[in-house]
Amino acid sequence: MKSLWEAAATAFDLIWSFDTALVEIVVLSLRVSFFALIFAAAIGLPLGAFLAVKSFPGRSFFVAILNALFGLPAVVVGLLVYLMLSRTGPLGIFGLLYTPAAMIIAQAVLITPLVAALSRQTVLSFHQEYDEQLRSFGITALGSIPTLLWEARFSLSVVLLAGFGRAIAEVGTVMIVGGNIEHVTRVMTTAIALETSKGNLNLAVALGIVLLLISLLVNLASQAVTALSNRWQGVSSS
Amino acid sequence: MILPLTLENASYLANGRELLSDLSLTLSAGTRTVVLGANGAGKSSFLRLCHGLIKPTSGIVKWHASENTRRHQAFVFQRPVLLRRSALANLVFALRANGVARSRHKELAEKALLQVGLIDQSAQPARSLSIGEQQKLAIARALVLSPEILFMDEPTSSLDPEATTEIENLVNDLHTAGTKIVMSTHNLRQAKRIADEVIFIHKGRMAEQTPAEEFFNFPKTDEAKKFLV
Repeated sequence: MKSLWEAAATAFDLIWSFDTALVEIVVLSLRVSFFALIFAAAIGLPLGAFLAVKSFPGRSFFVAILNALFGLPAVVVGLLVYLMLSRTGPLGIFGLLYTPAAMIIAQAVLITPLVAALSRQTVLSFHQEYDEQLRSFGITALGSIPTLLWEARFSLSVVLLAGFGRAIAEVGTVMIVGGNIEHVTRVMTTAIALETSKGNLNLAVALGIVLLLISLLVNLASQAVTALSNRWQGVSSS
Repeated sequence: MILPLTLENASYLANGRELLSDLSLTLSAGTRTVVLGANGAGKSSFLRLCHGLIKPTSGIVKWHASENTRRHQAFVFQRPVLLRRSALANLVFALRANGVARSRHKELAEKALLQVGLIDQSAQPARSLSIGEQQKLAIARALVLSPEILFMDEPTSSLDPEATTEIENLVNDLHTAGTKIVMSTHNLRQAKRIADEVIFIHKGRMAEQTPAEEFFNFPKTDEAKKFLV
Protein backbone atom coordinates (compact mmCIF):
# COMPACT_ATOMS: atom_id res chain seq x y z
CA MET A 1 0.00 0.00 0.00
CA LYS A 2 2.88 2.27 0.88
CA SER A 3 4.50 1.74 -2.51
CA LEU A 4 1.20 2.60 -4.25
CA TRP A 5 0.99 5.94 -2.47
CA GLU A 6 4.65 6.60 -3.15
CA ALA A 7 4.11 5.77 -6.81
CA ALA A 8 1.11 8.10 -6.95
CA ALA A 9 3.05 10.93 -5.28
CA THR A 10 5.98 10.51 -7.66
CA ALA A 11 3.53 10.28 -10.56
CA PHE A 12 1.99 13.63 -9.63
CA ASP A 13 5.51 15.08 -9.43
CA LEU A 14 6.18 13.82 -12.96
CA ILE A 15 2.96 15.35 -14.24
CA TRP A 16 3.43 18.59 -12.35
CA SER A 17 7.01 19.04 -13.58
CA PHE A 18 6.07 18.17 -17.19
CA ASP A 19 8.58 15.32 -17.23
CA THR A 20 10.11 15.12 -20.74
CA ALA A 21 9.57 11.37 -21.17
CA LEU A 22 6.00 11.63 -19.97
CA VAL A 23 5.18 14.61 -22.19
CA GLU A 24 6.72 12.91 -25.22
CA ILE A 25 4.55 9.81 -24.73
CA VAL A 26 1.37 11.80 -24.08
CA VAL A 27 1.92 14.07 -27.11
CA LEU A 28 2.56 11.09 -29.40
CA SER A 29 -0.57 9.33 -28.07
CA LEU A 30 -2.71 12.40 -28.71
CA ARG A 31 -1.18 12.94 -32.15
CA VAL A 32 -1.70 9.32 -33.26
CA SER A 33 -5.29 9.13 -32.01
CA PHE A 34 -6.16 12.57 -33.41
CA PHE A 35 -4.98 11.70 -36.92
CA ALA A 36 -6.63 8.28 -36.68
CA LEU A 37 -9.86 10.06 -35.81
CA ILE A 38 -9.49 12.44 -38.77
CA PHE A 39 -9.17 9.49 -41.17
CA ALA A 40 -11.98 7.56 -39.46
CA ALA A 41 -14.25 10.63 -39.65
CA ALA A 42 -13.38 11.28 -43.31
CA ILE A 43 -14.45 7.72 -44.19
CA GLY A 44 -16.93 6.83 -41.45
CA LEU A 45 -19.19 9.90 -41.51
CA PRO A 46 -20.04 9.89 -45.24
CA LEU A 47 -20.18 6.08 -45.28
CA GLY A 48 -22.57 6.00 -42.34
CA ALA A 49 -24.71 8.75 -43.88
CA PHE A 50 -24.76 6.97 -47.24
CA LEU A 51 -25.95 3.73 -45.63
CA ALA A 52 -28.62 5.68 -43.75
CA VAL A 53 -30.16 7.47 -46.74
CA LYS A 54 -29.52 5.35 -49.81
CA SER A 55 -31.41 2.15 -50.50
CA PHE A 56 -29.63 -0.46 -52.60
CA PRO A 57 -29.67 -4.24 -52.85
CA GLY A 58 -27.55 -5.76 -50.09
CA ARG A 59 -27.66 -2.73 -47.81
CA SER A 60 -28.81 -4.80 -44.82
CA PHE A 61 -25.95 -7.22 -45.38
CA PHE A 62 -23.48 -4.34 -45.59
CA VAL A 63 -24.84 -2.82 -42.37
CA ALA A 64 -24.57 -6.21 -40.64
CA ILE A 65 -20.91 -6.45 -41.73
CA LEU A 66 -20.28 -2.94 -40.46
CA ASN A 67 -21.85 -3.72 -37.11
CA ALA A 68 -19.78 -6.91 -36.88
CA LEU A 69 -16.60 -4.91 -37.56
CA PHE A 70 -17.70 -2.52 -34.83
CA GLY A 71 -17.05 -5.27 -32.31
CA LEU A 72 -13.88 -6.63 -33.93
CA PRO A 73 -11.21 -7.48 -31.33
CA ALA A 74 -8.46 -4.86 -31.36
CA VAL A 75 -5.63 -7.40 -31.52
CA VAL A 76 -7.15 -8.94 -34.64
CA VAL A 77 -7.16 -5.49 -36.27
CA GLY A 78 -3.54 -5.09 -35.17
CA LEU A 79 -2.65 -8.46 -36.67
CA LEU A 80 -4.37 -7.67 -39.98
CA VAL A 81 -2.71 -4.28 -40.27
CA TYR A 82 0.62 -5.90 -39.31
CA LEU A 83 0.23 -8.44 -42.12
CA MET A 84 -0.60 -5.64 -44.59
CA LEU A 85 2.35 -3.48 -43.56
CA SER A 86 4.98 -6.18 -42.98
CA ARG A 87 7.78 -6.53 -45.51
CA THR A 88 6.01 -9.39 -47.28
CA GLY A 89 2.59 -7.72 -47.11
CA PRO A 90 0.93 -5.77 -49.94
CA LEU A 91 1.86 -2.41 -48.36
CA GLY A 92 5.29 -3.56 -47.19
CA ILE A 93 7.13 -1.41 -49.75
CA PHE A 94 6.16 1.74 -47.86
CA GLY A 95 8.14 0.62 -44.79
CA LEU A 96 5.51 1.87 -42.36
CA LEU A 97 5.67 -0.93 -39.80
CA TYR A 98 6.83 0.25 -36.36
CA THR A 99 6.21 3.90 -37.18
CA PRO A 100 3.55 6.29 -35.83
CA ALA A 101 1.94 6.14 -39.29
CA ALA A 102 1.33 2.41 -38.80
CA MET A 103 -0.32 3.13 -35.46
CA ILE A 104 -2.49 5.81 -37.04
CA ILE A 105 -3.58 3.35 -39.75
CA ALA A 106 -4.30 0.64 -37.19
CA GLN A 107 -6.33 2.91 -34.93
CA ALA A 108 -8.18 4.35 -37.92
CA VAL A 109 -9.05 0.82 -39.10
CA LEU A 110 -10.19 0.00 -35.57
CA ILE A 111 -12.50 2.98 -35.09
CA THR A 112 -13.79 3.61 -38.64
CA PRO A 113 -16.49 0.90 -38.32
CA LEU A 114 -17.48 2.36 -34.95
CA VAL A 115 -17.74 5.89 -36.39
CA ALA A 116 -19.58 4.63 -39.49
CA ALA A 117 -22.04 2.43 -37.58
CA LEU A 118 -22.90 5.09 -34.99
CA SER A 119 -23.08 7.77 -37.69
CA ARG A 120 -25.50 5.61 -39.66
CA GLN A 121 -27.80 5.29 -36.66
CA THR A 122 -27.58 9.00 -35.92
CA VAL A 123 -28.09 10.16 -39.50
CA LEU A 124 -30.93 7.65 -39.97
CA SER A 125 -33.00 9.33 -37.26
CA PHE A 126 -32.36 12.74 -38.86
CA HIS A 127 -33.15 11.32 -42.29
CA GLN A 128 -36.50 10.04 -41.03
CA GLU A 129 -37.26 13.49 -39.66
CA TYR A 130 -36.15 15.52 -42.68
CA ASP A 131 -36.72 13.16 -45.62
CA GLU A 132 -40.03 14.57 -46.89
CA GLN A 133 -39.05 18.18 -46.29
CA LEU A 134 -35.78 17.82 -48.18
CA ARG A 135 -37.47 15.95 -51.03
CA SER A 136 -40.04 18.74 -51.10
CA PHE A 137 -37.12 21.11 -51.78
CA GLY A 138 -36.11 18.83 -54.66
CA ILE A 139 -33.04 17.45 -52.84
CA THR A 140 -32.13 13.84 -53.67
CA ALA A 141 -31.11 11.19 -51.13
CA LEU A 142 -27.41 11.60 -51.95
CA GLY A 143 -27.75 15.38 -52.12
CA SER A 144 -29.22 15.36 -48.61
CA ILE A 145 -26.07 13.84 -47.03
CA PRO A 146 -24.19 17.14 -46.40
CA THR A 147 -27.34 18.70 -44.92
CA LEU A 148 -28.02 15.72 -42.67
CA LEU A 149 -24.39 15.58 -41.49
CA TRP A 150 -24.58 19.26 -40.63
CA GLU A 151 -27.95 18.95 -38.90
CA ALA A 152 -26.61 16.03 -36.86
CA ARG A 153 -23.37 17.84 -36.05
CA PHE A 154 -23.86 17.83 -32.28
CA SER A 155 -24.77 14.15 -32.09
CA LEU A 156 -21.97 13.28 -34.49
CA SER A 157 -19.47 15.19 -32.35
CA VAL A 158 -20.33 12.81 -29.54
CA VAL A 159 -19.81 9.87 -31.93
CA LEU A 160 -16.36 11.23 -32.83
CA LEU A 161 -15.48 11.71 -29.18
CA ALA A 162 -16.47 8.08 -28.55
CA GLY A 163 -14.18 7.06 -31.43
CA PHE A 164 -11.32 9.12 -30.01
CA GLY A 165 -11.89 7.60 -26.59
CA ARG A 166 -11.68 4.09 -27.99
CA ALA A 167 -8.58 4.90 -30.06
CA ILE A 168 -6.52 6.48 -27.31
CA ALA A 169 -7.36 3.78 -24.76
CA GLU A 170 -6.40 0.98 -27.14
CA VAL A 171 -3.28 -1.09 -26.43
CA GLY A 172 -3.16 -4.36 -28.42
CA THR A 173 -3.29 -2.88 -31.91
CA VAL A 174 -0.64 -0.22 -31.43
CA MET A 175 1.59 -2.68 -29.60
CA ILE A 176 1.58 -5.03 -32.60
CA VAL A 177 2.09 -2.49 -35.38
CA GLY A 178 4.03 0.13 -33.40
CA GLY A 179 6.33 -2.13 -31.45
CA ASN A 180 6.44 0.18 -28.42
CA ILE A 181 9.82 1.64 -29.44
CA GLU A 182 11.10 4.30 -27.05
CA HIS A 183 11.04 7.85 -28.51
CA VAL A 184 9.40 6.50 -31.70
CA THR A 185 6.19 4.57 -31.15
CA ARG A 186 5.72 4.46 -27.39
CA VAL A 187 2.26 5.69 -26.46
CA MET A 188 0.53 5.85 -23.11
CA THR A 189 -1.15 2.45 -23.14
CA THR A 190 1.89 0.51 -24.36
CA ALA A 191 4.15 2.43 -21.98
CA ILE A 192 1.88 1.60 -19.03
CA ALA A 193 1.98 -2.09 -19.96
CA LEU A 194 5.75 -2.06 -20.32
CA GLU A 195 6.56 0.01 -17.22
CA THR A 196 4.21 -2.09 -15.08
CA SER A 197 5.87 -5.29 -16.23
CA LYS A 198 9.26 -3.74 -15.39
CA GLY A 199 8.00 -2.73 -11.94
CA ASN A 200 8.47 0.99 -12.71
CA LEU A 201 5.15 2.03 -11.28
CA ASN A 202 5.91 5.77 -11.07
CA LEU A 203 5.73 6.41 -14.81
CA ALA A 204 2.97 3.82 -15.27
CA VAL A 205 0.75 5.50 -12.66
CA ALA A 206 1.52 8.97 -14.01
CA LEU A 207 0.51 7.85 -17.51
CA GLY A 208 -2.55 6.12 -16.08
CA ILE A 209 -3.62 9.36 -14.40
CA VAL A 210 -3.13 11.32 -17.63
CA LEU A 211 -5.11 8.70 -19.56
CA LEU A 212 -7.91 8.89 -17.01
CA LEU A 213 -7.90 12.69 -17.22
CA ILE A 214 -8.13 12.55 -21.02
CA SER A 215 -10.99 10.07 -20.76
CA LEU A 216 -12.71 12.38 -18.27
CA LEU A 217 -12.18 15.38 -20.56
CA VAL A 218 -13.64 13.47 -23.51
CA ASN A 219 -16.72 12.62 -21.45
CA LEU A 220 -17.07 16.19 -20.24
CA ALA A 221 -16.75 17.38 -23.83
CA SER A 222 -19.54 14.96 -24.84
CA GLN A 223 -21.80 16.33 -22.14
CA ALA A 224 -20.95 19.92 -23.10
CA VAL A 225 -21.76 19.21 -26.73
CA THR A 226 -25.11 17.65 -25.75
CA ALA A 227 -25.94 20.61 -23.50
CA LEU A 228 -25.01 23.05 -26.28
CA SER A 229 -27.15 21.10 -28.72
CA ASN A 230 -30.14 21.19 -26.36
CA ARG A 231 -29.73 24.91 -25.77
CA TRP A 232 -29.55 25.55 -29.52
CA GLN A 233 -32.78 23.65 -29.97
CA GLY A 234 -34.53 25.28 -27.04
CA VAL A 235 -34.63 22.03 -25.07
CA SER A 236 -33.90 22.21 -21.37
CA SER A 237 -31.01 19.94 -20.46
CA SER A 238 -31.29 17.75 -17.42
CA MET B 1 -47.00 28.23 -65.40
CA ILE B 2 -47.17 24.67 -64.11
CA LEU B 3 -50.89 24.78 -63.32
CA PRO B 4 -53.34 23.24 -63.85
CA LEU B 5 -52.50 19.95 -62.19
CA THR B 6 -54.43 17.00 -63.53
CA LEU B 7 -54.96 13.61 -61.89
CA GLU B 8 -56.27 10.83 -64.10
CA ASN B 9 -57.43 7.67 -62.33
CA ALA B 10 -54.59 8.04 -59.85
CA SER B 11 -54.36 5.41 -57.12
CA TYR B 12 -51.83 4.78 -54.41
CA LEU B 13 -51.21 1.54 -52.56
CA ALA B 14 -49.03 1.11 -49.48
CA ASN B 15 -48.38 -2.30 -47.88
CA GLY B 16 -51.13 -3.83 -49.99
CA ARG B 17 -53.70 -1.29 -48.80
CA GLU B 18 -55.24 1.21 -51.21
CA LEU B 19 -54.89 4.62 -49.55
CA LEU B 20 -56.09 6.57 -52.60
CA SER B 21 -58.39 5.14 -55.23
CA ASP B 22 -59.05 6.22 -58.79
CA LEU B 23 -58.74 9.98 -58.31
CA SER B 24 -59.56 12.10 -61.36
CA LEU B 25 -59.62 15.87 -60.93
CA THR B 26 -58.04 19.15 -61.95
CA LEU B 27 -56.50 21.78 -59.67
CA SER B 28 -56.59 25.16 -61.41
CA ALA B 29 -54.90 28.45 -60.56
CA GLY B 30 -56.64 31.19 -58.61
CA THR B 31 -58.81 29.37 -56.10
CA ARG B 32 -58.27 28.29 -52.52
CA THR B 33 -58.95 24.58 -52.54
CA VAL B 34 -59.67 23.00 -49.19
CA VAL B 35 -59.36 19.24 -48.91
CA LEU B 36 -61.88 17.92 -46.41
CA GLY B 37 -62.38 14.50 -44.96
CA ALA B 38 -62.41 12.54 -41.72
CA ASN B 39 -59.20 11.41 -40.04
CA GLY B 40 -57.61 8.68 -42.12
CA ALA B 41 -59.65 9.53 -45.22
CA GLY B 42 -56.50 10.09 -47.27
CA LYS B 43 -56.12 13.89 -47.18
CA SER B 44 -52.39 13.85 -46.40
CA SER B 45 -51.71 11.13 -48.94
CA PHE B 46 -53.63 13.15 -51.53
CA LEU B 47 -51.49 16.25 -50.92
CA ARG B 48 -48.30 14.17 -51.01
CA LEU B 49 -49.38 12.56 -54.26
CA CYS B 50 -50.06 15.94 -55.85
CA HIS B 51 -46.72 17.35 -54.61
CA GLY B 52 -44.81 14.29 -55.82
CA LEU B 53 -43.64 12.99 -52.45
CA ILE B 54 -45.35 9.72 -53.32
CA LYS B 55 -45.79 8.29 -56.79
CA PRO B 56 -49.13 6.94 -58.01
CA THR B 57 -49.23 3.14 -58.12
CA SER B 58 -51.48 3.50 -61.14
CA GLY B 59 -52.89 6.42 -63.09
CA ILE B 60 -51.33 9.77 -63.92
CA VAL B 61 -50.39 12.95 -62.05
CA LYS B 62 -49.61 15.59 -64.66
CA TRP B 63 -48.64 19.24 -64.51
CA HIS B 64 -49.36 21.63 -67.38
CA ALA B 65 -45.62 22.27 -67.77
CA SER B 66 -43.26 19.38 -67.24
CA GLU B 67 -39.96 21.13 -66.50
CA ASN B 68 -38.77 22.10 -63.03
CA THR B 69 -42.24 21.66 -61.54
CA ARG B 70 -40.80 21.21 -58.02
CA ARG B 71 -39.36 24.73 -58.04
CA HIS B 72 -42.82 26.20 -58.43
CA GLN B 73 -44.33 24.28 -55.52
CA ALA B 74 -44.00 24.37 -51.76
CA PHE B 75 -45.36 22.19 -48.97
CA VAL B 76 -46.12 23.06 -45.36
CA PHE B 77 -46.42 20.01 -43.14
CA GLN B 78 -48.74 19.46 -40.21
CA ARG B 79 -45.77 19.61 -37.84
CA PRO B 80 -43.16 22.12 -38.97
CA VAL B 81 -39.90 20.44 -39.94
CA LEU B 82 -37.23 23.03 -39.29
CA LEU B 83 -33.49 22.76 -39.63
CA ARG B 84 -31.32 23.14 -36.55
CA ARG B 85 -30.25 26.60 -37.62
CA SER B 86 -31.44 30.15 -37.12
CA ALA B 87 -34.81 31.26 -38.48
CA LEU B 88 -33.06 33.26 -41.21
CA ALA B 89 -30.77 30.33 -42.13
CA ASN B 90 -33.82 28.09 -42.62
CA LEU B 91 -35.10 30.45 -45.30
CA VAL B 92 -31.67 30.86 -46.89
CA PHE B 93 -31.43 27.06 -47.12
CA ALA B 94 -34.72 26.89 -49.04
CA LEU B 95 -33.59 29.65 -51.40
CA ARG B 96 -30.28 27.92 -52.07
CA ALA B 97 -32.01 24.60 -52.70
CA ASN B 98 -34.32 26.37 -55.14
CA GLY B 99 -31.38 27.78 -57.08
CA VAL B 100 -31.96 31.45 -56.18
CA ALA B 101 -28.86 33.65 -56.64
CA ARG B 102 -26.82 33.94 -53.42
CA SER B 103 -26.79 37.75 -53.60
CA ARG B 104 -30.57 37.81 -53.10
CA HIS B 105 -30.80 35.35 -50.19
CA LYS B 106 -30.64 37.77 -47.27
CA GLU B 107 -32.95 40.35 -48.81
CA LEU B 108 -35.63 37.81 -49.74
CA ALA B 109 -35.37 35.93 -46.45
CA GLU B 110 -35.71 39.10 -44.36
CA LYS B 111 -38.66 40.23 -46.46
CA ALA B 112 -40.44 36.91 -45.82
CA LEU B 113 -39.67 37.04 -42.09
CA LEU B 114 -41.07 40.56 -41.98
CA GLN B 115 -44.20 39.37 -43.75
CA VAL B 116 -44.90 36.66 -41.15
CA GLY B 117 -43.90 38.90 -38.23
CA LEU B 118 -40.74 37.04 -37.26
CA ILE B 119 -38.09 39.55 -38.28
CA ASP B 120 -37.09 40.13 -34.63
CA GLN B 121 -36.48 36.38 -34.24
CA SER B 122 -34.38 36.03 -37.40
CA ALA B 123 -31.19 35.12 -35.51
CA GLN B 124 -32.96 32.85 -33.02
CA PRO B 125 -32.56 29.07 -33.31
CA ALA B 126 -35.61 27.99 -35.30
CA ARG B 127 -36.47 25.10 -33.05
CA SER B 128 -36.50 27.26 -29.95
CA LEU B 129 -39.47 29.26 -31.31
CA SER B 130 -42.99 28.52 -30.06
CA ILE B 131 -44.96 25.98 -32.11
CA GLY B 132 -47.08 28.75 -33.63
CA GLU B 133 -43.97 30.72 -34.58
CA GLN B 134 -42.39 27.58 -36.00
CA GLN B 135 -45.40 27.05 -38.24
CA LYS B 136 -45.26 30.69 -39.34
CA LEU B 137 -41.59 30.20 -40.11
CA ALA B 138 -42.44 27.10 -42.15
CA ILE B 139 -44.91 29.22 -44.12
CA ALA B 140 -42.29 31.96 -44.54
CA ARG B 141 -39.93 29.31 -45.87
CA ALA B 142 -42.58 28.31 -48.38
CA LEU B 143 -43.58 31.81 -49.44
CA VAL B 144 -39.95 32.99 -49.83
CA LEU B 145 -39.81 30.66 -52.83
CA SER B 146 -42.75 32.50 -54.46
CA PRO B 147 -44.44 29.21 -55.31
CA GLU B 148 -47.17 29.01 -57.88
CA ILE B 149 -48.93 26.44 -55.70
CA LEU B 150 -48.69 25.89 -51.96
CA PHE B 151 -49.80 22.63 -50.36
CA MET B 152 -50.61 22.78 -46.65
CA ASP B 153 -51.36 19.68 -44.63
CA GLU B 154 -53.52 20.67 -41.65
CA PRO B 155 -51.13 23.51 -40.79
CA THR B 156 -53.12 24.73 -37.79
CA SER B 157 -54.13 21.44 -36.20
CA SER B 158 -51.85 21.89 -33.18
CA LEU B 159 -52.13 25.67 -32.82
CA ASP B 160 -54.15 27.88 -30.48
CA PRO B 161 -56.95 30.08 -31.92
CA GLU B 162 -54.77 33.20 -32.09
CA ALA B 163 -51.98 31.46 -34.00
CA THR B 164 -54.60 29.80 -36.20
CA THR B 165 -56.04 33.19 -37.16
CA GLU B 166 -52.55 34.48 -37.98
CA ILE B 167 -51.86 31.49 -40.22
CA GLU B 168 -55.23 31.89 -41.95
CA ASN B 169 -54.44 35.57 -42.59
CA LEU B 170 -51.13 34.54 -44.13
CA VAL B 171 -52.92 32.01 -46.32
CA ASN B 172 -55.30 34.70 -47.52
CA ASP B 173 -52.39 37.09 -48.19
CA LEU B 174 -50.69 34.42 -50.29
CA HIS B 175 -53.93 33.79 -52.17
CA THR B 176 -54.31 37.51 -52.86
CA ALA B 177 -50.72 37.58 -54.13
CA GLY B 178 -51.66 34.91 -56.68
CA THR B 179 -50.52 31.65 -55.07
CA LYS B 180 -52.78 28.66 -55.56
CA ILE B 181 -53.62 27.27 -52.10
CA VAL B 182 -54.40 23.60 -51.54
CA MET B 183 -54.97 23.02 -47.85
CA SER B 184 -56.30 20.04 -45.94
CA THR B 185 -58.25 20.33 -42.72
CA HIS B 186 -60.86 18.47 -40.75
CA ASN B 187 -62.04 21.72 -39.18
CA LEU B 188 -65.31 22.66 -40.86
CA ARG B 189 -65.36 26.23 -39.59
CA GLN B 190 -61.88 26.83 -40.90
CA ALA B 191 -62.86 25.33 -44.24
CA LYS B 192 -65.84 27.70 -44.45
CA ARG B 193 -63.59 30.69 -43.71
CA ILE B 194 -61.00 29.81 -46.33
CA ALA B 195 -62.40 27.66 -49.10
CA ASP B 196 -63.36 28.76 -52.59
CA GLU B 197 -63.57 25.13 -53.60
CA VAL B 198 -63.84 21.90 -51.63
CA ILE B 199 -62.45 18.49 -52.44
CA PHE B 200 -64.12 15.98 -50.15
CA ILE B 201 -62.27 12.70 -49.70
CA HIS B 202 -63.92 9.65 -48.20
CA LYS B 203 -62.02 6.39 -47.65
CA GLY B 204 -59.40 7.32 -50.24
CA ARG B 205 -61.89 8.25 -52.93
CA MET B 206 -62.87 11.71 -54.07
CA ALA B 207 -66.54 12.04 -53.21
CA GLU B 208 -66.94 15.65 -54.34
CA GLN B 209 -65.10 18.56 -55.93
CA THR B 210 -67.46 21.52 -55.80
CA PRO B 211 -67.49 25.27 -55.10
CA ALA B 212 -67.41 25.82 -51.33
CA GLU B 213 -70.81 27.44 -51.02
CA GLU B 214 -72.48 24.65 -52.92
CA PHE B 215 -70.67 21.99 -50.88
CA PHE B 216 -71.65 23.44 -47.51
CA ASN B 217 -75.26 24.18 -48.49
CA PHE B 218 -76.08 21.41 -50.94
CA PRO B 219 -73.72 18.48 -50.55
CA LYS B 220 -74.30 15.89 -53.25
CA THR B 221 -73.15 12.69 -51.60
CA ASP B 222 -74.42 10.94 -48.50
CA GLU B 223 -70.87 10.79 -47.11
CA ALA B 224 -70.53 14.59 -47.37
CA LYS B 225 -73.95 15.10 -45.80
CA LYS B 226 -72.97 12.89 -42.85
CA PHE B 227 -69.63 14.70 -42.52
CA LEU B 228 -71.34 18.09 -42.42
CA VAL B 229 -73.86 17.14 -39.74
